[in-house]
Amino acid sequence: MTTLFGIPLQALLGQLLIGLINGSFYALLSLGLAIIFGLLRVINFAHGAQYMLGAFIAWLLLSYFGIGYWPALILAPLIVGLAGAAIERTMLRRLYSLDPLYGLLFTFGLALTVEGTFRYLYGASGQPYATPTLLTGGANLGFMFLPIYRGWAIAFSLLVCVGTWLVIEKTKLGAYLRAATENAVLVQSFGINVPFLLTLTYGLGAALAALAGVLAAPIYQVSPLMGSNIIIVVFAVVVVGGMGSIMGAIVTGYLLGVAEGLTKVFYPEASNIVIFVIMAIVLLIRPAGLFGRDA
Amino acid sequence: MTLTLELEKQKERAPVVVQAVLLGAGLIFLLLAPLFFYPVFLMKLLCFALFACAFNLLLGYTGLLSFGHAAFFGGAAYFTAHAVKEWGVSPEIGILIGVAGAALLGAVIGFLAIRRQGIYFAMITLALAQMFYFFCLQAGFTHGEDGIQSVPRGFLFGFIDLSHWTSMYYFVLAVFVIGIAAIWRIINSPFGMILKSIRENETRAISLGYSVANYKLAAFVMSAALTGLAGGLKALVFQFATLTDVGWQMSGEVILMTLLGGIGTLIGPIFGAGLVVTLQNYLATSEFPVTIITGVVFMVCVLLFRRGVVGEFYNSRLGRRLGFEHRHKH
Repeated sequence: MTTLFGIPLQALLGQLLIGLINGSFYALLSLGLAIIFGLLRVINFAHGAQYMLGAFIAWLLLSYFGIGYWPALILAPLIVGLAGAAIERTMLRRLYSLDPLYGLLFTFGLALTVEGTFRYLYGASGQPYATPTLLTGGANLGFMFLPIYRGWAIAFSLLVCVGTWLVIEKTKLGAYLRAATENAVLVQSFGINVPFLLTLTYGLGAALAALAGVLAAPIYQVSPLMGSNIIIVVFAVVVVGGMGSIMGAIVTGYLLGVAEGLTKVFYPEASNIVIFVIMAIVLLIRPAGLFGRDA
Repeated sequence: MTLTLELEKQKERAPVVVQAVLLGAGLIFLLLAPLFFYPVFLMKLLCFALFACAFNLLLGYTGLLSFGHAAFFGGAAYFTAHAVKEWGVSPEIGILIGVAGAALLGAVIGFLAIRRQGIYFAMITLALAQMFYFFCLQAGFTHGEDGIQSVPRGFLFGFIDLSHWTSMYYFVLAVFVIGIAAIWRIINSPFGMILKSIRENETRAISLGYSVANYKLAAFVMSAALTGLAGGLKALVFQFATLTDVGWQMSGEVILMTLLGGIGTLIGPIFGAGLVVTLQNYLATSEFPVTIITGVVFMVCVLLFRRGVVGEFYNSRLGRRLGFEHRHKH
């Protein structure tokens, strides 16, 4: 059997794959956090809950209405995005004039409420979500066995990340968003509806989180706690990457996912703290984060 | 970026007579309280009240929002429980070990966290506390999911038996009063004034020549140590230390207590802790999960009630008449 650094190549590649999968979700979630923070100056603690909602709505659609994976991939983000927009419009908006910490605390409360409700209704244990028939099975790549759904999850999340980046960097809407991030008052005085942009941004960020949730449903178990488990790691990712750049958030997400996967091979005990350790080291060497502009 | 929390600032302090009367009434109430309430409930309340006040030293008086104080609370509970149970030290030494451990942990986490400000500070403390949580999950001495159980209360100073609730209650009360007195002393010292100046305008404090980083770290360590005092005490009261006390939910809970009672008021967190602990006790017997209520209260507080109970009282007509005149920023 082929080995690398004394580790069977198969195990190494297997963990690398798991790392890439996790990294895909870190990237999608930290991307959404960075977009929301860029414009709203709010750290969206409810991002994990919105991710969980995405997965749960997909599961509910399938179990109660027989609506499958593909419609859910559009419906769940739409529902969560609209709910997010409504929350922004009615409540979050009142906090913009205050210290950003209040936004964090508000969304923390929101996350607790949503999670508590789902835990109350459906229990804390996970629900399995079947892989869509089109993507079942696996491909033998010669050196390893790749489950098709996992390959799809990585490819699709990469596509969404790059697509979002293109929208923000290359389109007119993206230009408005970036301009409003730099100077909202000036942009508004040019006749652009900034309050609407804010609502749109929060809705979009929430929808991205929900999309990640649907994508995650067949891989992890759908459970009310899946959001809070991941959001703290994503916070560490965001601290490492710095929220100044969209691309930085994406790249850091994938990098840390892979780092976590590789740690599972070499030193499994440390695998769930390795991202925090990397965060601590980055803070010591480069406090602003790898891609950060502002401290 | 400077923090602009809606803090209550005392323009003039209430007349000494009013303060003394309220303080005396509060003390008498606490001394007699075991006659009317379940002692374990009171001891739990005092532990959490001290925890919230220690947390408020950082949030209310230095303007730093830590989302990782559970690490110090739960960490100290583990240290104290381990020292008392495995090493057989007396309770006061056990608590001191808990305090020292929490202070050390605070020094490490604080040193890393103060390298960033505002919102990042909160995220870093949360992440590092989560790392400590995973450490506690895997480390041998914490016994993982089981926690450290049946911790003996032992004999205070070698001769006061703490196994009876009366002696335990008055021991907890004494520690609580010492802790609150320490916090009062810190915030009213020249050191405390510098902390407040950092809260108000960090840039100006730097330009005045204060090494803000050192002051922040000192405040962080003090807050962690006092949190450790509460955590160690709690381990002795309940005679166990578990993962619940180091989880992020606990960090959220102490923020809620402080917010609900009144950020930046000395006694606000005590009332906040009272409300939250009472609510938990009330809901403990029902099926309804506490997190939903906690979450909703959080949102309502942030949207409508940012001064908290005590802040609102200070700002009310009665509060003003008593001399608690306040101005606030927004």
